[in-house]
Amino acid sequence: MFDYNFHWRPVIRSLPELLEASLVTLQVATLSMVIGIVVGLGLSVIRLRLRGPLYWLATAWVELARNTPALFQLFFFGFGLGAFGWHLTPYMIVLVGLSFNNAGYLSENFRGGFQAVPDTQMRAARSLGMNLWQTYTRILVPQVLRIVYYPMTNQLVWAVLMSSLGMLVGFRELSGETQFFASRTYRIFEYFAVTAVIYYVMVKFILLASRLLATRLFRY
Amino acid sequence: MIEISGLHKYFGTLHVLRGIDLTVQKGEVLSVIGASGSGKSTLLYCINGLEPIQKGRVVVDGTDVHAKQTDLNTLRQRMGMVFQQWNSFPHLTALENVALAPRIVKKKSQSEAREIAKRQLEHVGLGDKLKAYPSALSGGQQQRLAIARALAMDPQYMLFDEATSALDPELVGEVLDTMRILAEEGMTMICVTHEMGFARDVSDRVAYFHDGLLEEIGPPEQIFGAAESEQTRKFLAKVR
Ligand SMILES: Nc1ncnc2c1ncn2[C@@H]1O[C@H](COP(=O)(O)OP(=O)(O)O)[C@@H](O)[C@H]1O
Ligand SMILES: [Mg+2]
Repeated sequence: MFDYNFHWRPVIRSLPELLEASLVTLQVATLSMVIGIVVGLGLSVIRLRLRGPLYWLATAWVELARNTPALFQLFFFGFGLGAFGWHLTPYMIVLVGLSFNNAGYLSENFRGGFQAVPDTQMRAARSLGMNLWQTYTRILVPQVLRIVYYPMTNQLVWAVLMSSLGMLVGFRELSGETQFFASRTYRIFEYFAVTAVIYYVMVKFILLASRLLATRLFRY
Repeated sequence: MIEISGLHKYFGTLHVLRGIDLTVQKGEVLSVIGASGSGKSTLLYCINGLEPIQKGRVVVDGTDVHAKQTDLNTLRQRMGMVFQQWNSFPHLTALENVALAPRIVKKKSQSEAREIAKRQLEHVGLGDKLKAYPSALSGGQQQRLAIARALAMDPQYMLFDEATSALDPELVGEVLDTMRILAEEGMTMICVTHEMGFARDVSDRVAYFHDGLLEEIGPPEQIFGAAESEQTRKFLAKVR
């Protein structure tokens, strides 16, 4: 039963391409986080402060992002929009899909974060003559970002792993690239084993970097 | 000058301020005393527009605080406020706490704002804590930081809402001393306080609040010595 022969050489040979593709993975995940943080903050503020159409739009976004499979969300931005004649590149499908998902998840974290900042911070800032925008950007958001720092790190990890769904919409990130080589050489197990290790190292690197960054950012 | 006339304030159906008439002159120190829940904090919030009102007027130096066209952010620069709960900005150092509003609200340059902040922190005795984060400061120091932060906007008025109520007893003195110095420098102040000694020694007038109404107002000798109102006498007998 154990008649499978491992062949690692082709994997080793395509390692440079795989590493390059892992940079693409990191890039799209990071970018989708930046977008997700900005949009997620917006969604959370809308849901905390507003009522009416914007509130319902934001709520629908959050509900869909959190309660449907991430893969379906990617498919929506790929094939769903395509059905309406709006064709995104594979890169854009993954970027928009991940950003949509990140924003939905993060906005719930942010909402909790905003609620954890005492009301008196808002009052103090307004009493000094700061307008609402200044109060949010200078006083509330910095505190919220600290409160949800570790959930945000988790979301970045999640985004890196989730970006592997990109291979199903033809995006050549790490998994897509792996799939490409694996199907050409039929060394499927070897390729995906090595790629799993690369993902693992990337995630560990992110966690470590996040911890180091935290000690520099949060001196209070 | 702060002129309050016929002021009514509701929270939903709760009638919190039930017709207040009060004028505070430039340079005056007014202490506001009264039982908890009588509407003292709400009055301060109505003065700087942190709370909307339902009836009456609040006029500060000729500007109607609650008029639609009034720019509250500009008006608030004239009125510093210190709250009961210490609310220094935890993510900023003492210096940054004080320098922020001058820089982003008054559009001072970075170095000018820092200069102002340093001066104000020295003024309240925190000259050696410029780089400290609030978490490293005692409650009394945080309250003095809050005073410096308000003073950095160069206000004409200071509103104190029980600035010492949340402090350990041994820290109350340093904050009261800071307030006393301000009063001596001629700052116009409205101080909601439970410190009867401070109210008696420092204020020009004392106002007793009861159930959303200004029950009695007069010089400290009158309020503490010969209050006209039965309510006032009962309250003072209780707190002393
Ligand atoms: N934001 C608010 N919403 C509803 N009720 C409030 C609010 N703030 C204060 N109140 C109520 O208004 C009354 C007066 O409160 P407050 O002005 O804080 O009194 P004081 O400062 O004299 O203790 C109290 O009954 C209080 O419960
Ligand atoms: Mg109060």
